[in-house]
Amino acid sequence: MSAAVKGKGGLEGYLESFKRFQNGAGGPSWLREVRRAAIGRSAELGFPTTRDEHWKFTNLAPLAKKTFRPASAGGKITLDDLAAFVFRGQESARLVFVNGRYVEELSDPCAQPGGVIACSLAQSLGFHKELVEQHLAKHVDYERDFFTALNTAFMADGGFVYVPAKAVVQRPIHLIFATTKTSSPVVTHPRNLIMVGEAAEAAIVEEYVSLGGDEYFTNAVSEVVVGESAVVEHYRVERESLRAYNIGTLRVQQARSSNVFCHGVFLGGALVRNNVHPVLAGEGAECVLNGVFMPRGRQHIDNFMWVEHASPQCGSRQYYNGILDDKATGVFSGRIIVHKDAQKTDAKQTNRNLLLSDEAQMDSKPQLEIYADDVKCTHGATIGQLDDDAIFYLRSRGIPAETARTLLLFGFAAENLERMRQEPIRRYVENLVTDRLPRGEILRNLS
Amino acid sequence: MLEIKNLRVSVEGRKILKGFNLKVDAGEVHSIMGPNGSGKSTLASVLAGRDGYEVTQGQVLYRGRNLLELKPEERACEGVFMAFQYPVEIPGVGSIQFLTAALNAIRRHRGEEELDAFEALKLFKDKLKQLQMSDEMLHRSVNEGFSGGEKKKNEIFQMAVLEPSLAILDETDSGLDIDALRIVADGVNALRSPERAMLVITHYQRLLNYIVPDYVHVLVDGRIVRSGGKELALHLEEHGYSWAEERGPAEAAGARS
Repeated sequence: MSAAVKGKGGLEGYLESFKRFQNGAGGPSWLREVRRAAIGRSAELGFPTTRDEHWKFTNLAPLAKKTFRPASAGGKITLDDLAAFVFRGQESARLVFVNGRYVEELSDPCAQPGGVIACSLAQSLGFHKELVEQHLAKHVDYERDFFTALNTAFMADGGFVYVPAKAVVQRPIHLIFATTKTSSPVVTHPRNLIMVGEAAEAAIVEEYVSLGGDEYFTNAVSEVVVGESAVVEHYRVERESLRAYNIGTLRVQQARSSNVFCHGVFLGGALVRNNVHPVLAGEGAECVLNGVFMPRGRQHIDNFMWVEHASPQCGSRQYYNGILDDKATGVFSGRIIVHKDAQKTDAKQTNRNLLLSDEAQMDSKPQLEIYADDVKCTHGATIGQLDDDAIFYLRSRGIPAETARTLLLFGFAAENLERMRQEPIRRYVENLVTDRLPRGEILRNLS
Repeated sequence: MLEIKNLRVSVEGRKILKGFNLKVDAGEVHSIMGPNGSGKSTLASVLAGRDGYEVTQGQVLYRGRNLLELKPEERACEGVFMAFQYPVEIPGVGSIQFLTAALNAIRRHRGEEELDAFEALKLFKDKLKQLQMSDEMLHRSVNEGFSGGEKKKNEIFQMAVLEPSLAILDETDSGLDIDALRIVADGVNALRSPERAMLVITHYQRLLNYIVPDYVHVLVDGRIVRSGGKELALHLEEHGYSWAEERGPAEAAGARS
């Protein structure tokens, strides 16, 4: 009860700042209308509590009662601050958002094949308004989800990617969302719209980082619209400050025979919620949800998968591995919904977790909702410690016990990393994971 | 090189080795044969340093040092290698990364220069070539998805890379077809040298056609009941383990001099 009451309290602040935001934000009338509807819905929904089935294991009270002011544009960041954010051996387009706003001087959209657009959402509202109007907020469900509604109410900037039919984007598009040090806690609502046309191919990386930021709130929403037979690799790299809140929602709409990878790496944040919601709308579409999360200290990372099979012959795979240390807590909820017409569905889900301390805690919850009769759905979850036999095997070859443990932890995460098909991005992520492991530096000398 | 005196070992309170004695000198190949449950794998595990084995009495001296007080990795660095009966699959850990880590840990211990990634890879490829094995396994995770035969070959390959002084082969022959057995045996034979000792643990005589031992010991119910030369293995094959047991340990004690 108290959480709900406090939630309303925090909500007031958002409602207040919405008026100022809407007055200053401008934009076409349809957009203003969507924002108005969304703030109305946010007010009705209010912050979820642990009594809400979808938030059973994540207590939002600390977030709900906190006041965050809307981040102001800018922040003193130079190219040097971003020097480490490159995929070695791979040119990429880079769009940098500081405190929620696109910063042109730090960005390099680079040359892409004809017709490909990579720019900020704010820019797209000027130059590509038809495309934006057609898809923005058309796929996420802000009627049902509070944070999506809140993001939709405040949406102003983020990445806008458009890949026309048959275009193959060789250079990954890297969206960097950085929050800087601010005098009081701020909130940003990054909003990404990614459209990949028929038989096109693209790789997009969303990276959420802290550059000196301390306590802040990132509430991000991405809509990814994938055309027939298109192939998309989407990466979400979350490495916020250890005091930050990160709620991220990825909504993927898939046409016939499309193939989408939703990779995720979750390292930072005090409280993180990772929503992934693909809808396999066209026959024969396939998606892979592949993630690794590594909370430690008192971090809490909640992965909430919602995979909808809406057409026949579709395949989905969920592979989530967690490594939890200290007093960290983690959640994996994997819901597979097979609609009535989605015959011959092939859905699989695995969630494996390693607990490195007695106090770490993991809740894993598979959920199947099946309304078709000819389907194949499997799920499996494990929660355990490192395999003693494997440790002994490595030690018996001369490898010190601590190195053996680090190697095995890396190996555990590597099962997910190996599914990342863009090698330079995979190596980039591998380094982040390696740095995060106890005595990870040992591995640096081995590769 | 290795001297085991009156070794008594229990697992979860059950007595497995009941006064085991063995002396192995450099350059020798000893075979320990015995039926299932006689304590063969317990012996290998105790020598390699696996947890869960309680030594209640006795001594294991390796090059004059108390082997039992060393950690598994220290034993490996000192030159003890066990080829596992059931090699462990380690998904996500690349074979090259694993072997480089092992090799360099041992080289460091010996006071030798560590190899860089390029030198290590060259060494691995050379060894595989000598062993007539494919280098495809280098690009996979350690033992992951390997067939039984591939796993055993991988053990021999690791042994060739790490060049131990004392190699313990724990039922390396079990489950191998004749071609794989030959490759494994060739690998082992190539490593035979006057400086190196080997302990070949097996249930069947078949392996000993390919790896001809200097001594054969018959282990029954935690004790060596009979020792002899390579012909003892053939005799066992014909008459079975009960034959060796009937002759009793007293006779066996004097069998090897």
